[in-house]
Amino acid sequence: MQRGTKEAIGKFVPWILPIVLLILWQMLVKFGWLSTRVLPAPSDVVVAGIRLAQTGELSRNLMISTIRAIIGFSIGGVIGFALGLLNGVSRPAEKALDTSVQMIRNIPHLALIPLVILWFGIGEESKIFLVALGVFFPIYLNTFHGVRTVNPELIEMAKSYGLRGWNLFSKVIFPSALGSILVGVRYALGIMWLTLIVAETITLDSGIGYMAMNAREFMQTDVVVLSILMYAMLGKLADSITRTLEKKWLKWNPNYQSV
Amino acid sequence: MNRTNGADVKIMGLTKTYGQKAVLQDLDLDIAPGEFVAIVGRSGGGKSTLLRLIAGFEQPTDGGILVDEMPLKRRNKTTCTMFQNDRLLPWQRVLDNVGIGLQQKNWRQLAQQALEQVGLGDRAHEFPSVLSGGQKQRVALARALVRNPHLLMLDEPLGALDALTRIEMQRLIEQIWQKQQFSVFLITHDVEEAVALGDRVLLIEHGQIALDMPIPLPRPRQRKSQAFVTLSEDILERVMGDSSDVVNTASKESLETAHAC
Repeated sequence: MQRGTKEAIGKFVPWILPIVLLILWQMLVKFGWLSTRVLPAPSDVVVAGIRLAQTGELSRNLMISTIRAIIGFSIGGVIGFALGLLNGVSRPAEKALDTSVQMIRNIPHLALIPLVILWFGIGEESKIFLVALGVFFPIYLNTFHGVRTVNPELIEMAKSYGLRGWNLFSKVIFPSALGSILVGVRYALGIMWLTLIVAETITLDSGIGYMAMNAREFMQTDVVVLSILMYAMLGKLADSITRTLEKKWLKWNPNYQSV
Repeated sequence: MNRTNGADVKIMGLTKTYGQKAVLQDLDLDIAPGEFVAIVGRSGGGKSTLLRLIAGFEQPTDGGILVDEMPLKRRNKTTCTMFQNDRLLPWQRVLDNVGIGLQQKNWRQLAQQALEQVGLGDRAHEFPSVLSGGQKQRVALARALVRNPHLLMLDEPLGALDALTRIEMQRLIEQIWQKQQFSVFLITHDVEEAVALGDRVLLIEHGQIALDMPIPLPRPRQRKSQAFVTLSEDILERVMGDSSDVVNTASKESLETAHAC
């Protein structure tokens, strides 16, 4: 009984500070010490959330942003993964391609926004292109690194026991590179949301970023904060999914077992 | 004893050079079917290179190897190698590690049998990371045995194990070898291990066989018997004896003066 209480208190402790801060914030705004033009009260953000959820605007924009993120991530991720594998496995391919990739990598992809608007206009393509470009590099680099650092002793062992081609790849090279690839995925997910925030605020028509920019025009700080919270939530969600995958796929690795 | 399971290995004029350096020079060696050959020698003497050539990991610069009267080209399916470190795939369970690359439909059953042979039948579904060093090497042994090797190549497989586990493993290898009668090529740093297991102990120095000593002791060998101790000491002295040469070969004259003194 007493131990149960202790455990409950233990679980509650990390939440004390955020709750105190929230209450403090609420009071600051409600007593007028902080203008709602600077920050809305937390309760107003909740109300805005409920209002937008009821009109369907919130879920529509969430959906659109998520779809853009997924499409951009898939395109950039698949190309990055494929090229990382190719260059990791084949030295001639690395020689031919890696230098070019590294040159492009050093251009901040958001600096391309004016050019991208000229190429694709302000439609879906430009946002997806930017997300794909941003996601490509961390996945490429980490896949390449993962494939290159496969223990050559394991490859020699596997070859001596008759593994070739696909079997060698699927049993030795890929599982060995997977940890590094997943690090790339987590990093790419961060870049994915970051790119999307910027791309959606600049090319206006729909999505969470649009919602935030639109609200700014009308001084709706509650909706702006709500949009920021939505991004935080989506980012956290994506990260949790990757962590679950890491735990599942890397459970052979003692470093991932008891986190 | 009828030793039809063992590979017959004939090595003729084997030479391997890396750049300017000759690691093996015109080396001749026969391994009879079912024979247990133990190789000792200092690091860098060419032991591992010889193993890698016989196992087909590398190609000789000159000379050739016949396995069961067939010239060796690259990998031979009936030659299995157990490496210095276990080289288990950490992301595969023990059973899958043993069964790696097996084509047979009943590979699970075969792998399980091999695991039972090395006393790890109950660990089949664990990941290698939870096993001890000795257990990992036993899994590696099972992985080699499941293929019914005709020639088992052992590249210092027990070097990293503690003394007790090592003796256990030596007994295990000896028992399985006596049962299955494959030929064995064992590289070791431990002269006692060579004398305990080998039908013959070879010393490889400067890329050539410097000593070929038959060990006529009955098995299982008593490490405390006078004959065992004498043989071990003789071989160890021969291995170590070379060390003064190594130090002094800088100039032949200094070697000669050293002997004169």
